[in-house]
Amino acid sequence: MTSDGWPLWEVFVRSRRGLSHTHAGSLHAPDAEMALRNARDLYTRRSEGVSIWVVPSTEITASSPDEKDPFFEPAADKPYRHPTFYDIPEGVKHL
Amino acid sequence: MSETTDTTATTATTGTAIAQAALALGDDALVLSHRLGEWAGNAPVLEEEVALANIALDLLGQARVLLSLVGDEDELAYLREERDFRNIQLVEQPNGDFAHTIARQLYFSTYQRLLYGQLATGDGPLSGLAAKAVKEVAYHQDHAEHWTLRLGDGTTESHTRMQRACDALWRYTGELFQPVEGLDVDHDALQTAWLDSITSVLEQATLTVPSGPRTGAWRAGAGRQGLHTEPFGRMLAEMQHLHRSHPGATW
Repeated sequence: MTSDGWPLWEVFVRSRRGLSHTHAGSLHAPDAEMALRNARDLYTRRSEGVSIWVVPSTEITASSPDEKDPFFEPAADKPYRHPTFYDIPEGVKHL
Repeated sequence: MSETTDTTATTATTGTAIAQAALALGDDALVLSHRLGEWAGNAPVLEEEVALANIALDLLGQARVLLSLVGDEDELAYLREERDFRNIQLVEQPNGDFAHTIARQLYFSTYQRLLYGQLATGDGPLSGLAAKAVKEVAYHQDHAEHWTLRLGDGTTESHTRMQRACDALWRYTGELFQPVEGLDVDHDALQTAWLDSITSVLEQATLTVPSGPRTGAWRAGAGRQGLHTEPFGRMLAEMQHLHRSHPGATW
């Protein structure tokens, strides 16, 4: 069982009632079309009305764990950047 | 269909004719499902393993529904002798290499899709089942067509093997269009549509449409009459072994 020349693909699936595509997993396939078919078998069990995205893994740029501090920290230590910081004035509805 | 003016006789004939048709189609699905199951653990890649198992499960589901219309599905599958099976000879052909499996699937799924498509538009007793199955079968056909294109238009080696497989199984395709009692379909239209579809796929795959015998004494509906090829007996022996060793057991 080799997958020589079969690159890795990342699979994102939106379920029938889902609002957005969620990363479901990955698989090997020779090209995008085959990746879609395999994703359908592996991750959707062919439920109708779902949407599948496949992306070559090499196309994805991930944030590096080493950069965690400068990347994600600033937001956490400045409470005024979060919506919960502010009181909602009386009389404002539907916010 | 027999032409009789006696209405009671007609009704009785139709009832058994439906059973005959359900048995024929059920056996097709059961036998091919078993053949595909033999690939488990042996497919070229993991993803294809899943795809073949998926198709096998779809077919087994169809077989269960169809055979249940005739009688007890387990008894029909495990306690009938070779001569009592009504499947076409194409589906009992051994897996061979991957190209043989794909060629067999291409020929059969194209036929099944057209057949169920016709049955689904009718109002016969099989129309409900056909409407459900046609979606599954469309996927099987699509899968087989894709691999035919890939192998036919792949490397020199895969092209050679795909052509060889298409040629080797061609002789069994004549049987697909033998009229089956109880099946209210237009077999001529079926054959024309099937040939068009197969021709277009093979040409796209840079393959030559095989020529040669598609009919003849041993290939003109022999499977439907209970006459099968040699490998089928061995397949049944394996499939039925446990049930015959412990008759009446529940599982």
